This record gives sequence, C-alpha cells and structure tokens, in this order.
Amino acid sequence: MSQIFHRSTNALSRATIFGAVFFLGVAGYGLMLLNRSGYVTGARVAHEQPVPFSHKHHANELGIDCRYCHSSVEVSASAGIPPTKTCMNCHAQIWADSPTLEPVRSSFKTDQSIPWIKVHDLPDFVYFDHSIHVAKGIGCASCHGQVDQMNLTWQENSLQMEWCLNCHRHPEQFVRPRERVFDMTYRVSAQQQRALGQKLVKEHDIHKEQLSNCSICHR
Amino acid sequence: MNDHDSLAHERPQKGSVPPAEGNGHEAPYDWESLRAKLSAATGRKYWRSLDELADSEGFRAFLEAEFPREASLLDAVGRRQFLQLMGASLGLAGLSACTKQPLERIYPYVKPPEEVIPGKPLFFATTLPLAGIGRGVLVESHSGRPTKVEGNPDHPASLGATDIYAQADILTLYDPDRSQTPRFAGVIRPWAAFVAAAQASYEQQKAKRGAGLRILSESVTSPSLVAMLEALLREMPEARWHRYQPVNRDAVHAGTRLAFGEVLDPVYRLERAQVVVSIEADLLGPNPTGVRYAREYARTRRVDDGNAKMSRWYAVEAVPSLTGAVADHRLALRPSEIEGFVRALAAALGLPVAPPAGAQKYAAWVQALAKDLKANRGRSLVALGETLSPQAQALAWAINESLGNLGQTVELIEPLEARAEESHLDSLRALVADMQAGRVEVLLVLGANPVYTAPADLAFAQALEKVPLRIHWGLYQDETAQLCHWHVPAAHVLESWGDLRAYDGTVSLIQPLIAPLYEGKTAHELLAAFSDKPSRTAYDMVRDYWKGVWGEAGFEERWRRALHDGVVAGSAAEGKSVRVGPQATQGLAPLAPAQGLELVVRPDPTVYDGRYANNGWLQELPKPLTKLTWDNAAYLAPSTAERLGLHNGDVVEIRVEDRVTRAPVWIQPGQAAETVAVHLGYGRTQAGRVGSNVGFNAYTLCSSRAFWNATGVELRKVGKGYRFACTQDHFSLEGRDIVRKGTLEQYRHDPSLAPHGHGEGEHGELPSMYPPYPYEGYAWAMSIDLNACIGCGACTIACVAENNIAVVGKDQVARGREMHWIRVDRYYEGDWEAPEFVHQPIPCQQCENAPCELVCPVNATVHTAEGLNDMVYNRCVGTKYCSNNCPYKVRRFNFYLYQDWNSESLKALRNPDVTVRSRGVMEKCTYCVQRINEARITAKREGRQIRDGEILTACQQVCPTEAIVFGNMNDPNSRVARLRSLPRKYQLLAELNTRPRTTYLAAVRNPNPELMPGKGHA
Repeated sequence: MSQIFHRSTNALSRATIFGAVFFLGVAGYGLMLLNRSGYVTGARVAHEQPVPFSHKHHANELGIDCRYCHSSVEVSASAGIPPTKTCMNCHAQIWADSPTLEPVRSSFKTDQSIPWIKVHDLPDFVYFDHSIHVAKGIGCASCHGQVDQMNLTWQENSLQMEWCLNCHRHPEQFVRPRERVFDMTYRVSAQQQRALGQKLVKEHDIHKEQLSNCSICHR
Repeated sequence: MNDHDSLAHERPQKGSVPPAEGNGHEAPYDWESLRAKLSAATGRKYWRSLDELADSEGFRAFLEAEFPREASLLDAVGRRQFLQLMGASLGLAGLSACTKQPLERIYPYVKPPEEVIPGKPLFFATTLPLAGIGRGVLVESHSGRPTKVEGNPDHPASLGATDIYAQADILTLYDPDRSQTPRFAGVIRPWAAFVAAAQASYEQQKAKRGAGLRILSESVTSPSLVAMLEALLREMPEARWHRYQPVNRDAVHAGTRLAFGEVLDPVYRLERAQVVVSIEADLLGPNPTGVRYAREYARTRRVDDGNAKMSRWYAVEAVPSLTGAVADHRLALRPSEIEGFVRALAAALGLPVAPPAGAQKYAAWVQALAKDLKANRGRSLVALGETLSPQAQALAWAINESLGNLGQTVELIEPLEARAEESHLDSLRALVADMQAGRVEVLLVLGANPVYTAPADLAFAQALEKVPLRIHWGLYQDETAQLCHWHVPAAHVLESWGDLRAYDGTVSLIQPLIAPLYEGKTAHELLAAFSDKPSRTAYDMVRDYWKGVWGEAGFEERWRRALHDGVVAGSAAEGKSVRVGPQATQGLAPLAPAQGLELVVRPDPTVYDGRYANNGWLQELPKPLTKLTWDNAAYLAPSTAERLGLHNGDVVEIRVEDRVTRAPVWIQPGQAAETVAVHLGYGRTQAGRVGSNVGFNAYTLCSSRAFWNATGVELRKVGKGYRFACTQDHFSLEGRDIVRKGTLEQYRHDPSLAPHGHGEGEHGELPSMYPPYPYEGYAWAMSIDLNACIGCGACTIACVAENNIAVVGKDQVARGREMHWIRVDRYYEGDWEAPEFVHQPIPCQQCENAPCELVCPVNATVHTAEGLNDMVYNRCVGTKYCSNNCPYKVRRFNFYLYQDWNSESLKALRNPDVTVRSRGVMEKCTYCVQRINEARITAKREGRQIRDGEILTACQQVCPTEAIVFGNMNDPNSRVARLRSLPRKYQLLAELNTRPRTTYLAAVRNPNPELMPGKGHA
C-alpha cells in the first residue's frame, strides 16, 4: 500500500510539533512579561490628576517633608492623602489666584473632596500598614521610588506579591537607619548594605520568620 | 439555580426547602426503642437531638455527607453536560484572572475632623435600648461609619460585654429596608409638610386642652423624653399618654405594689447570692439585665485557684430557658402548677400559706430547696419572672423578706419607666376603649407596633381605624405604619441624641455615631413638632434638659465627661428600704387545678418581640436551646408529642378559646409535659425582606386577660412535612467524647473531671511524623470555660459582625451551609423529659498538627510562626479538602455569593480590616487575626511585647460570662497559660494528636446532695 503522505510531510509534522511547543513557550513567556508589565501592574504609568500636583516641586525644590502632607504615615496603616485644608495652608496666600489651583479652591469652598486618582492601589485582600514599615526602617523611596523627582506621580514598582516577598524574605537588603527613612537622597552601595543590613535587622527587632506568614498581609 | 444565591437581605424562600433526603425527620420516632437506647447501660451519655438518639439510617447518611445534600443540586445535569460545563469553567476561570485593576479614586477630607486618623478606628460611648432600658456600649467608628458594637466596661449593665441585640443593632442601622422618608398615605412627603400638619393639629388640640390627643409609646426611661411628654401633658391636660410593649414589667410592678404598697423595680445582687431560685425568671436570658446578671452568675461559680465553692442555682420553668439550662437543678412544671410551687415553697419556709393540692409531686424538691434557702439567709434569692401573677410575685417578696434577702441580694428601686403605676395592658385597653368610643382625634404612635403586638382580643387594628388622624413614628414601615396616615421614619439609636436609664437606674447619654442616613427623626424631634418650638434639634433638647438638672455651673465639663464615659456618674438609683405588708400572704385566690394542654407564650430568644424580625444576623443565629433558625414553632414535650402522635414538622392548628393559628411542631426535650410553647416575633407581614412571612404570629393566641399563659388549648393536626432549618445536628462530632462535665463533689475529688481512662495524662505527648514547629515568639491560644458558658450565642453574633460573615438564608442553613465561624453546640444529658444541658462553643481549634493544612493542594491554608492556621482566601480554589479533613468541622465554604455586594448601605457595614469573601472560597475562624496584627504592629512600633489581655478576640470581648480567654501561651504569666495548666483543662479529640491551641475547661455543676440521684425528677 502506498503512502498517503509524502515524505516531506514528516518535516512539516516535526516542525508543527516542535513549533507548537515553541509557540506555547513563547506565548507563555509573553504572557508572563505582559503580566509583569506596567500595562497590567500600572507601574511607571503617570496618571492625569484633577490638579497637576508635582512632588518634585514640593518635596525637592521647596524641601517640604513627606510627613507635612502624609501626616499619619508613622501612626496608621494609611499614610494619609492630605485634606484640601493642607493645600490651602499655603495656597491661600501663594498662587492664590492660579487657575491651575481652581479645583483646590473650589473644593475648599464647596466642601467637596478633590477626586484624586489612586496611584498605589493594592487589592482589597491585602492589608498594608505604613506605620510598621516606617518604624522598622524601610525608606519611603524603597517602595515609592524617587518621588522627589516625579512631576506627575507614578507607581515605581509592580506592587505584585513577588515584589513584596522580595523584601519580606530578605529585609536586610533594604532596611536603613530609622533616621534616614524619609531621606530621599539616602544611597548605600550593595557592599555597605550587606554589612549594615544584618545589624539593622537585629537592632530593629525584625522577625524574618514572621514576615512571610500569610496573615501578616492577608486576613 | 440562581434563586439559591441568597443574599443577606433576600427573603428566604419559605417552604422552598427541598425534601431532605433522609435526615431522619420523616419517620416518627419509635419512642419505646428510644427509651431503651437511653436507659441501656451502654447508652450514650450526651446527645444532641432525638434524631441522633434514634440513629436511623437516614440520619447517618445525613451526618456522613460532609456537606449534606449538595449532590442533589446537580440532579438535572447529566455527565456529558457536567464535563462540558467543567471544561468551559476551567477555561474561563483562567481568563478571568487576566483582569486589569480599574482606576480608583481617593477622596480625602476637605477639612479633617478632630482626632480622626485615616485607618485608625475611634470608639464612642453611647447607649442602646432594649425594651426601653439602656445598656452602655462603645461603638467602633471607621472614618465616621460605625461598624461594631462593644460593651462599655464602665457601664453597670455591660461591664464590657454585650448581648446579641446590641451586636445586631449595627445591622439594623444599615438595613436597606429601613423607612427612609416621611410619608402621608404612602406617598413620600417632606419633613416640613409633616411639621405643618403636626402644627395644625397641635393648635387645634391646644384649643380643647388636648381632649382628642393620645400618645402611645413603649416603655420610656429617658429622663429628657419623659420631661417633654410631661410638659406636653401639662400644656394639654386632657391629652393622654398610653404605653404598651408586649414584653413589659406589668406583673412585677403589680407584685411590688401588692407586697410593698408601691411600684418598684428589683435590682438583683447575684454576686452576693449563694442560693438562687429562678422561677420563670430568665435572669441570664435575652433581656436588658441578662449581660450583667450573667457576669455575676459566672463570678460566683469560678472554682479554680484553690476555690472550691460555688453558688447553687435552681430553676423552675415550663420551657427550657438559658437560666434553666445552666441551673444545677431544673424542675419543669406547667404554668398552672408554678404558682402552686411558689406557695408550697412559702409554706415550707414557714410562711402562713397553705400548700396547694398536688404539691406532693415536687415535695422532696421543695423540702431540699427550703432547707438550702434557710441555711443561706441573706445570701439567697427567689426571683420571679414577668409571666407569673402579681399574687405570686408578692408571695416571693414575702419569701425573700423572711429569708432576710431584701437589701442584701435584692434591692428595690423607684421604677425605671415613667408612669409605671398603670400597667401596659391597662393602658392599651383604655386607649382602645377611647378609640372605639370616638374620643381620639389624633393618635401619635411612638415606636410601638401595636397592630402586630397587641393581644388578639383587643382588636386594636379595628379600633385604630376610627381615629381621624393617625401618626406613626418608627424604624420601619411596619404593620402599624400601614394603617396610619402619617409615617415618620425614626432615626436609629446610633444616629440619635438622647438618654436612657439602665437596669439599676444609671443614666447614660445616647450620642450619634453617624448623621442620619435617611430622613430619620428622633422621638424628641417628633414631639417637638407638637410644641410651639417645632424646629428644635434633639441635641439642643437633650442638652437643655440636663442643663436644667445639673445647672449652668460646670455644665460643659460634666456633659463632656458623661458623653466620654458613657455613664452619668453617681446616677444609679438608691435601694429603698421597704417592708412587705401582710396582704402578700393573705387572701390568696384558690388555684385552678391544672387540666388540659396549656399554652406558654414567650418572647423569642433571638428576634425578641418581633422588633428584630428583619435582622438577618438574629434570624440566622440558632436559638440557644432548640437550635432552630429562621422559624418559630409549637414546641411540645416529648411525652406530649408521643401521646398526641405528633412529630417534628407536623403542622397543627392551635386553638385557645376563639383564637386560632397554625404552627409547625418541634419536639423540645426538657419542656414541661402537656404544654405547647410558642415564641412571639414571627409571622410578621410588614417587617421587610428578611422578616416578613417567616414563621407564624403567636400574638394571635394572646389575650389581654392572660398574656403569657392559657389553659384548655386544643391541638389538631392539619398537615405535615414542614421543613425547619435546625442546626442541632450540623457539624456533629458523631458522639465522640468531647464534652466534659461533673459535679462540685467530683471536682473536689478529682479536679480533672476526666471520664475514667480518658484523662489527658493517658495520652501525654503523642509522637508525630511531622517535624515540630518552634514557636519562639508568641504562641496564640484560647481557653473556653464550659463552666461559665451559658450558651447565649453572643459570641456567634459578635464574630459575624467582626468578620463580615454572610447571612445565607433558611434554605442554605437547612443544607448545613451556615457560615458561622464559632458555633455553640448544645448537648442534652440523660432523660429527655428532664435532661441536663451543656453548651460548647466551637471555633477553629488552631491545631499545631493541623489536618487541614496537609491536604490543601494550593497552599491556601498554612501554618504561621505563631501557631495560627492561616486561611488565604485569594489562593483558595475551593476543593474543600481541608474541610473534609477537619475533625472539628469548623470550616465553612461559600457555595454561592452569600455576601450582598450590591446594597449600598451594607457596604458601609463591613469591617474594613477583614476581607469580604466571595463565592467558592473556604473560610474559618482566624482568632481575629486582624486584631492580633493591629496589636502586634502597635507593640512593635512602641518597641515592647504585646501585653496579656491587649488582644481580645471578638467572641471573648462580647462574652458576658468571661468564658473565653485568649492570649500568648508562651508567656507563663498570661491568663490563658494559667488556664491551660488547670486540671479541668482538656483538648477536643486529644487522641488525634492535632494539638489544638483551643482548649476547654470542664463544666462543674453544684447539685444539692439531697436531690441526688434522680435530680430534676419530681
């Protein structure tokens, strides 16, 4: 009985089989890249805000401390988005007529909140607490990036769980002295951090064995 | 199948419960074989239900199915279709993970309120009423929205604990069925229109000295509201103020008037009592004093730390109550016999009273009791319930006086409620007569719902229709609102300013936790509409009242202090020095001999008199003793059911004189023979989506002559097969030895109270195949004292409120799918006519060798360094293996989307610190890990260890008897570590070597040696 398929189809079938494996692999890898990209995680994407607030101007050029606006960062889970009143403390006198600040003034007059777009938005089953991170020596910039260099604010990191765990499993790589937490200029070399990290983990009483317990963040 | 997506506020489909495939309820019991099983030497000691005793094949099948009757839901789907659906679901499930988070907005304050820190809750003291009497609470507020009620440790009626009603009040606040706007003839009208109408009527009535004005309220203890009402009556002397609520203190007041010549309220000092006799007085039960009295009860019954003395409690009652269930001796008598019992007791104590005929039935009991009472003069108490006659009440006061108890274990104070001289029923009767005679032109109904709650023979609704202008003020558009012209929505107590008196006269202020969600008004504001200052706010009125009382000097400071503390210091009423007159023991009317079936009417243990009917949490809370949910029933004693050939689920027609209703039968062990017991609060027609058309209306059986009891009841079977949703057999531990209980005598002999051969020591540390966990930091543990637990169910409700637990509806409860993380199992012991009761709360046992953790294929339940079994909702794929492998049956699965994610108001209810679970996810007790985390973070920030007692789990905080203690067992000085070292401590199913972190302390009862054995028997 003669063959139904020509010999050359063998190559085709091989190509198909290996091609399928290759295709699935590439597709999978592509999906993985996509899932970690800013498109999905929102990392490094700046959003248009009701008022084009610039951290670069306020924190860097004017030198206002983070805690002037984010006043509950040391005591509460939430760092606190400043109330309109905080803006008006200065802007009642400075740039008091600027059209850019009209939403701020109108918020203050009408008692309606400014509807900011949430830049860092964790899923509802994650319970993050600013106060404990600050107390244990995790700098603002470690998670939020160089906010003092951002005009419109973006989310610096993916905020995905693997990123959280990276520090929860190896806090010694990120911890810094408590007095440098709000310091945007703090820089140490990897070598210095290795020496310093172990010491600080001990000093700050950080219990690594607890940090990757699920209920630390999920409850 | 969509109709099973029962949301929190969806009405359960009555009668839609599918036929239960053999849960043992079909076939009537073979009583003879049951009796044989119980009396056999090998018979089981503790049992949960008659079905369990009967142990039929159907019942076994019910137990063995991990989640009973789930398979039946797939009946309509064939294998092929099932595979197709599964394939599609799998594919879609994968795709659904590829969502991108939508952009969310964040709305900061414009001007930040004082003291509010985003992410930190604040607590405010306020007062919640039950039957008009206040209980002090602290309410947790997250960014201005109240989410949880806790007890106020400084308030005498709370001492830090709360009852089920206080917990459930938070759900009522957010109930989407609440009335939202004023209405005239059902049409929405603005408040201003009502004020205009009220003012017109006010002017009209003022001209004729109020001759046509009637006000109907419930009990009013609020000093400022009483002052307003009295001022109104001074202005219009011919107007009348009537009071009516079904659960009132009429008989108690009439009794004190008979005994002392004046109307008084008793305040019991149970901590000083060595012997307590509760005669139909459910001292520990659901009433405004229950929490306080339960605390005092438990404190006199602590046996550890070298103390081996306990108070002794006796209970005489027709239907098992919380008090009766934990009393050392319980005597079940028919209501008509109980009056005789009081006389027999009086006679045995030497009072000039003739013992009634038929007293020989319980003669030994009375003799032993009398001896015990005499031995404890000044340290004993005979407490009578509201359902007994004024004569019996007066006789009880004579008994207490003869025992020297007045001023010792009981104090008598001025009545809490205003105008207590006139009884509620007389007051209502007078109103009905006036209405019928056409003398009422304007009727103002303040909060009461008399169309539903008035006794049937008064025909309130018909009389009401003769009133030309009817105004109703209430939380719901209830039965009464439907028959009124005007309806004004009431502000919820958490939205109101006001004041209340507690059980001992202590005044505390009500302050709002939130501005009214709707157009609700307080009673003060409504009454102001009938004055010349109609626009005054409740805040001004309450403040001005107290300014008048306290004076201007230092007022601001005093006011703020009272608001902050939640009590007005030194406002408790003083006990009056009174003497019982001779009339208390004279001229006692002869007792009618007991004959025929007797009707026993009681407020419902969970929905009370019906005011909580629309509260899903309370509807789904199993009734403490029967474990029924979502229903009331005609309760029968087993012997009566046997005689009448009735079975659970049979429908009977109950006839009392000319009053008739139909009710399904439920057989209740421990109930007095030849009684039919019914609970109020069901059969409502206008309660809302949750409470309407659930159960039957027992008010239709009540008469104004004898509200609580009736004789000559006829029962006629008219149907069968009514499906109850009863949880008593759910999560059964299949008769394994998990309850431990003994007498004080046994405890003195062997404080472990372990059954022979099953002592803890027998097992020691069992070997384990798994490497031991090092618990170097905290090791969380819980101890539950069965000796203190009274089974009230407050822990279950508190857990529901704290942990955002969903209401699933009657249909799902009947399938064994209630979501409660902590359940209270009730066990009977001994004969079903006079059983003893034990309650056992069961939360997750947080095993160190946890069977659940090993079988999860996706690591969704894992161990922590502190010994908790974490449940990770976002990982769970719903295999339910963990639940299959849990020997304690504490895991709960979201078969459907039980949470109501759509009702706007319910979104504000949720605790923001706990994930709201979705469909297809397993959940269970977490030891309130959100509270642990909060305390851990605070302690770490402050650079210290968590202090003992700093973390209170929700169940622990609410517990009136302090039965639950939580803490770090690695700290040898912690309370929990101490309790774990007591000999009474035991673990559930210790032989499985799960090493549970939740341990129990055996129950100890203190029976009178003279009544042993054969205790409880007449």
